[in-house]
Amino acid sequence: MRQFAMVTMLATLALVLALPGMAQDVVELRMTWYTDGNEDEVMRDLLDRFEMENSDIRVVMDNVPYQAGILEALPVQLEAGEGPDMARVTNLGGLAGFYLDMSPWLSDPAYWEDSFGGTLGWLRLAGDTMGIHGFPTQLTITGPIINRTLFEQAGVAVPSDASAQVTWEEWAAAANEVADALEIPFPMAMDRSGHRFAGPAISMGAQYFDGEGHPTIAGDEGFRAMAELFVNWHLDGTMPLEIWAANTGYAGANEEFGNSQVVFYMSGSWQVGQFTDQIGDAFDWEVVPNPCGAGGCTGMPGGAALVAIGDTEHPEEVTRVMEYLASEEILGEFSARTLFIPAHKGLATSGVDFETDLDLAMNALVTFTAQVGTLEQTAFDLQAYPNSRIVFDASRDRLTQAIVGELTLDQAIERIQEDIDEQLAELMGG
Amino acid sequence: MTTIDGNLQSERQGLPSRLSAALEAGLAALFAGFMNALEILVRPIERRLGMERIGYFFVLPNLLIFGIFVLFPMLLNFYISFTSGTEIYPQDRSFVGFGNYEFLFDCENVFEPNSCNEDLFWRGVYNSIFFVVVQVSGMVLVSLVTALVLNGKIRARGFFRSVFFYPVLLSPVVVALIWKWILQRDGVLNSLLIALGGDRVQFLVNADWAMLWVIVISIWALMGFYTLILLAGLQAIPAELYEAGQIDGTGRWQSFRFITMPLLMPTMFVVLVLSLIRAVQVFDQVYALTGGGPGTTTHFIVQYIYTVGFSSSIKRFGLAAAASVLLGATLLVLTLLQLRAARSNESG
Repeated sequence: MRQFAMVTMLATLALVLALPGMAQDVVELRMTWYTDGNEDEVMRDLLDRFEMENSDIRVVMDNVPYQAGILEALPVQLEAGEGPDMARVTNLGGLAGFYLDMSPWLSDPAYWEDSFGGTLGWLRLAGDTMGIHGFPTQLTITGPIINRTLFEQAGVAVPSDASAQVTWEEWAAAANEVADALEIPFPMAMDRSGHRFAGPAISMGAQYFDGEGHPTIAGDEGFRAMAELFVNWHLDGTMPLEIWAANTGYAGANEEFGNSQVVFYMSGSWQVGQFTDQIGDAFDWEVVPNPCGAGGCTGMPGGAALVAIGDTEHPEEVTRVMEYLASEEILGEFSARTLFIPAHKGLATSGVDFETDLDLAMNALVTFTAQVGTLEQTAFDLQAYPNSRIVFDASRDRLTQAIVGELTLDQAIERIQEDIDEQLAELMGG
Repeated sequence: MTTIDGNLQSERQGLPSRLSAALEAGLAALFAGFMNALEILVRPIERRLGMERIGYFFVLPNLLIFGIFVLFPMLLNFYISFTSGTEIYPQDRSFVGFGNYEFLFDCENVFEPNSCNEDLFWRGVYNSIFFVVVQVSGMVLVSLVTALVLNGKIRARGFFRSVFFYPVLLSPVVVALIWKWILQRDGVLNSLLIALGGDRVQFLVNADWAMLWVIVISIWALMGFYTLILLAGLQAIPAELYEAGQIDGTGRWQSFRFITMPLLMPTMFVVLVLSLIRAVQVFDQVYALTGGGPGTTTHFIVQYIYTVGFSSSIKRFGLAAAASVLLGATLLVLTLLQLRAARSNESG
């Protein structure tokens, strides 16, 4: 009896010790993610399905705030070699040095080139023409969204109904007319972002680069023209000081727009999903073509991309996750459920069956998509420039100082140039 | 009947006291056991080190923590202030000597930030100086007045002491969000103003109003702490001195001038040093309230360091480290000056 008990105990112990080894090793991958609308839920759902089919991989999503998590903390983590395995980023070229080239592990690299084309170049360092580092989760286009209901209530004609080419001044006049008639606090608003400002500036003729490809704002007449209009709009009350003057970093006016406090809101296509959820059909919100100036009628292209991080200890597993998420079927579902415009050529050709019954949302997506062909080459060049974030941030911060009167417009432009030059020098090691 | 009730009552009273005595005895035994164990542990070390040096053994854990988490980062920061580039690890960074300091001080006229190469640093410096002077003066004055009132014989004194201390318990970000809710365009204060027939005021967008509110809110949030320190100082002043003064016919002002103030002065210095250091380091509350705006109106030196080092697209750690070394040096000088003043005040 005693021997039997001893044998039983030893057998149980052996089984307990062997169990962990018998279980399949599961690789845990971390993905840093931010969300504007419902894309965190959609991505989690897609990853859950991936994990069911691939029991050896588990993906943990770290949902972080955009400003603090993606713009501020992630670059430091990457520089320290403490980054995640994958991340959703918007500073596409600025972080290119930290990305993993997945080419050796991809089962079909040609699919990526065929499907994502030039946007893969936004994720590459200068001189790199072959690396495949990730894929755009969405293509974004900046542009204005108006509150048509307010125009109707004020009895003011929407300028773009009569002409496809409306100037910024004409829109400002119409928005002011609506705001005056209905006592709306903010006729126009623009996200606090140099990227958002760039589209209008290029429309006014801004070049952003000199002949040698160096970012050059000083002496750029188009930039100055838009900056002057922009500063004056803040001074005469056309635009609210609350967004640009009383904030640091990025700030949006989406809440004000959603509360019908803004007539004309310069933002971008990523707002469609959020407005569908939060505004719905409470009032008629509508995307209108980008206003025009001497340089065209352009917004800015852009996007967010899911990238693989070079410091990962599991490049093969990371590539498997990325291949799954970048597949036409899965990316199509992601776009349909999030109302994001896909950067995938196949999906662009076949079309995405966006999951919304709201005509306002469908119309908004159609209008934004139609503007892809109207974007100026300068806008693409600026977006593709790896250090565009330096140009955008310097423009944003110094124009704010001009708005509140700390600098004259000329001083602000001079400072933007100095900031760009100094930071580029720092990037080169001082 | 009365006797039986009396016995029961004394038994009821006796039970807690017996429990308390037992607990006391238990704790004493536990403490004695702990001390014995400690002695067994320490005795051999004491024999080896000697009585004079055993003190070092006791402070060693604290010194280690201080060395790893304070001294080492300080020295590293000092070194980084002499380097440039965006790399994080010191060995990867380029040594530039005093380049960062020269860059910060490169001004045509140091009193005109726009003439400086790094204008935002100087804007931060001047905003901080203004904030420190006004906020610290206001803080000391308001805390002193509040402490004097709370030290008097007023109704519900305990309640008021708690009320004034309550904001100290709040996180700076919570304080900022509460006040933002009050001061914003459609906030509580503007609603009140409009309801009373006034005009809307852009409290956080107008430069003058923004700085004023930043100062007022920081005083509101912290005065409870300094009031408490001053209250302790006031209560330490012997009542006999006031009684003697009354016999000599002193008025309230003379009592305050010749008894309270001189005896409260050491406590006042403590309050002054603490509030000054805290004011120079102001950041989180203001960052959450105004983001440093409008423009750079409430952009203080610590926000400059944070922005340059961590939140800008290109993180200039060297420049941020140089600015923080200068800030640290300024704080050190101010503290030493105040300590010296306090000592001369005590000896004089």
